[in-house]
Amino acid sequence: MSAPGASEKEVWPLWEVFVRSSRGISHTHVGSLHAPDATLAVRNARDLYTRRNEGVSIWVVPAEAITTSDPDAKGAFFESPAGKNYRHASYYSKSEGVKHL
Amino acid sequence: MSTPSRTDAGTNATSAPDRGHDHGENEGHGEGHGHVEVDGVELSAELVEGPSVASHDVAEYALWLGDDSLVLAQQLGWWISRAPELEEDIALGNIALDLIGHARSLLHYSGAESNRTEDDLAYWRTEPSWRSAHLFEQPNGDFAHTIARQFIAANYLFELYSRLAGSADATLAAIAAKAVKEVDYHRDHAAQWVLRLALGTEESRARMITGLSDLWPFLDELFVDEPLIDRLEGVAVRPSTLRGPVEDAMAPVLREAELDEPRGFISSGGGRRGDHSENLGPLLAEMQVLARAHPGASW
Repeated sequence: MSAPGASEKEVWPLWEVFVRSSRGISHTHVGSLHAPDATLAVRNARDLYTRRNEGVSIWVVPAEAITTSDPDAKGAFFESPAGKNYRHASYYSKSEGVKHL
Repeated sequence: MSTPSRTDAGTNATSAPDRGHDHGENEGHGEGHGHVEVDGVELSAELVEGPSVASHDVAEYALWLGDDSLVLAQQLGWWISRAPELEEDIALGNIALDLIGHARSLLHYSGAESNRTEDDLAYWRTEPSWRSAHLFEQPNGDFAHTIARQFIAANYLFELYSRLAGSADATLAAIAAKAVKEVDYHRDHAAQWVLRLALGTEESRARMITGLSDLWPFLDELFVDEPLIDRLEGVAVRPSTLRGPVEDAMAPVLREAELDEPRGFISSGGGRRGDHSENLGPLLAEMQVLARAHPGASW
């Protein structure tokens, strides 16, 4: 199975790019790009996604290495939490006299 | 899962550096690539300016360096929309923009001595008044030629600016200190491509070898000590002292790429005296035509 966004016509493989915008923030997916190998993928990511001072760290991942959830299985995957509000802490009312909540 | 989406153009040049971009903050604003007001961008903020006006000799030296950068930037700009891949298009465009930034600061500094702006110097000088070295004027050729030119140019500029950062002239030192970080990236970019082209296919290797042997003759001119240099002791970097460091910086890359240092004729150069290669005239014509057709226009 080919990675989402990958195309037979492309000479270079697809990479997903994650940028950390500042210390303490987690790396965030910002987009994808083509590059012949990992070394150049990091450089292309620098040129494409951090040219306006957006980042202090870059990760690149081969798009093929990412396993995605099945878009056709949304129901089975994501609808189960519906109606289970008790899974949210805010569902419960605070008992009187309990401190440090 | 919430996936915070962010486009390349999440911020534009006028906004503050992008800190703490939090989940969802940017969603639905529809900013994308839209709405960048060029008028609102203070271009002079990009200039590195010093406290003093250059002396005549220092102004001439700044002109040498500024012309090198501007000519190379103009050449690289041609690749935009023509590079092998979109990503490389942007990489070369970024490098060209870095070089234009260096040229602006250097020409701004150079021109103050004669009451000329950097635009006066860029658009209203004829060919004999230019001081660029022949290397920077060499045509783009194929991608390997451009990479060969970048490889030599970036290694030269890196060694030059590393030393110029210690110049007795505070403005030149400040410009060099900013530029050296940028050309450091340029030489990495060039080295990565020299390796890939040289060790890629038979075709790419042949082209890389041709590119290097076509550009190598223009290396020597960069190390010629013109009389001006004698008058700028401690201010300018003596070109002849750069030969060793530049060659030492390029040698390991050539070795890894299994390439021999090209041997062949040596160009007589002459750019610092206004004697240029046949390429500069057409390049200036294209670069200057718009400014000359509409003097004083802004856009």
